[in-house]
Amino acid sequence: MTKLSLLFFSLCTYAAAQPADLEKRLSDLEKATKSAQSAGDNAWMLVSAALVLMMTGPGLALFYGGLVRRKNILSTMMHSFVLMAVISVLWALVGYSLAFGEGNSFIGGLQYLFLNGVGAAPNSDYAGTIPQGTFMIYQLMFAIITPALISGAYAERVKFSGMLLFTILWTLVVYFPMAHMVWGKGGLLNATLGGKIPTFDFAGGTVVHITSGVSALVFALYIGKRKGIGTEALRPNNLVLAVVGACLLWVGWFGFNAGSALAASSLATSAFVATHFATAAAALTWMVIEWFRNGKPSVLGAISGAVAGLVAITPASGFVKPMPAMLIGIAAGIVCFLMVSVVKNKFGYDDALDAFGVHGIGGTVGAILTGVFATKEINDALNGKPLGLIDGNAGQVLNNAMGAGIAWVLGIVGTLVILKIVDSVVGIRCEPQEELEGLDLSMHGEEGYNLDS
Amino acid sequence: MKKIEAIIQPHKLEEVKEALKNIGIDGMTITEVRGHGRQKGHKEVYRGMEYQVDLLPKVKVEMVVPDVRGEEVINALAAAARTGKIGDGKIFVFDVSEAIRIRNDERGDGAL
Repeated sequence: MTKLSLLFFSLCTYAAAQPADLEKRLSDLEKATKSAQSAGDNAWMLVSAALVLMMTGPGLALFYGGLVRRKNILSTMMHSFVLMAVISVLWALVGYSLAFGEGNSFIGGLQYLFLNGVGAAPNSDYAGTIPQGTFMIYQLMFAIITPALISGAYAERVKFSGMLLFTILWTLVVYFPMAHMVWGKGGLLNATLGGKIPTFDFAGGTVVHITSGVSALVFALYIGKRKGIGTEALRPNNLVLAVVGACLLWVGWFGFNAGSALAASSLATSAFVATHFATAAAALTWMVIEWFRNGKPSVLGAISGAVAGLVAITPASGFVKPMPAMLIGIAAGIVCFLMVSVVKNKFGYDDALDAFGVHGIGGTVGAILTGVFATKEINDALNGKPLGLIDGNAGQVLNNAMGAGIAWVLGIVGTLVILKIVDSVVGIRCEPQEELEGLDLSMHGEEGYNLDS
Repeated sequence: MKKIEAIIQPHKLEEVKEALKNIGIDGMTITEVRGHGRQKGHKEVYRGMEYQVDLLPKVKVEMVVPDVRGEEVINALAAAARTGKIGDGKIFVFDVSEAIRIRNDERGDGAL
């Protein structure tokens, strides 16, 4: 009998201990789930950061490099590559703080100077499931590619030292404020964190493409046309590299757009999907237009169309459904084609690699169409409130247009002022003899192809 | 000795080499060149900019042969390179005053 009562007593003690044990197990389970969520999010975000860096190097480097003449290929690639280094240092010192620190409506503060406090702990204002270090490094890749895009305007004639000084000042004066306004806490245009002019820009149509594209136009007008334009054949030296570059841009852009979900979530999926279909539609659109207009569909046209689509879908990617995404791609294909093949020649500005035609205008088209097609069915960013025109909120088109407008103004004014300063201090255009010799030799003392070495 | 210089269509090179090898000529120098005679070029379009490209890719084949073999070589070469269309190319013949084999300083026909 004693054994039985002992057993009975043990069972009762065990049963009585259950409630407290259960609490602990639930709490452990919650922690584990959060940890798994964070692990998934962080893995995706780190990969996305790498993908976006790849867009600059070698994506943009190859895309732009292949389109210039042989004597300038290295210098054009260097414009992208050197910014991977320069902007990174600037970001680590002050950039992240100025863009994402808490300041006012226009610029952040200095709380994250020298990346102080930016580490493993998440910043719940921006991305609550990943270390702030991940968010910081992800955003850096955007800061790198934005000024690199401008190089399309000044290729084949810019002075390297002037270009470096210009880029540092431009990033400080144009990019950091724009990034803060759209994505920073308290930013004027931030749709989800209290902006007065809520602009929907999922991955940077205004911040990245409009600012750089419009600045590119100003730069191209200021620096003047390349020698030989209109009289010499300024043909791409290696379209093969341009195709490779464009493909790397397409693949890398999934990090740019889908990564802007800041989590490995269904929103990331949606952005990935929208990005892909918009790009496909845009590439075909440009190709078909050329087929009819010129009699042959060019490879350059197809890849240019793809890039135009990628640009236009950037602000819309996490807000629109796949079919509207394709419409956005088609619109970009048509408008950018006209900009590049008709308008540019008509007005005669030498935007050498169409940074304005594709990024400036493509970004503007995308920003406005985001106001049209953004829907809470894809992204309930405003907790039940309607997003774009198709949700019944026509005013969003105006807000997005205003956001785009601010990007235009900031780009134009900032670029003009900085160019004047840089030109007087260092000089912005190379000497005529240096331009004839080719920037590879005159600026860097190298040749891109030594085919008989 | 005669130097025979032929500008031919690039896609005819293998046939020409084969024809020359069949008559015992296996020393030659090949260069990739650009040029045109009466053949029209083509138009290239890059993002709305049109370029007329007149310089067409050709292949230059050069060889030096003894005088007695000159006519035979020219006929074999021309037959192999001919398509009958504009752009087939041309053959030029030069007199050569001396030929030297670098390896052993052999001179004249023996050096060929």
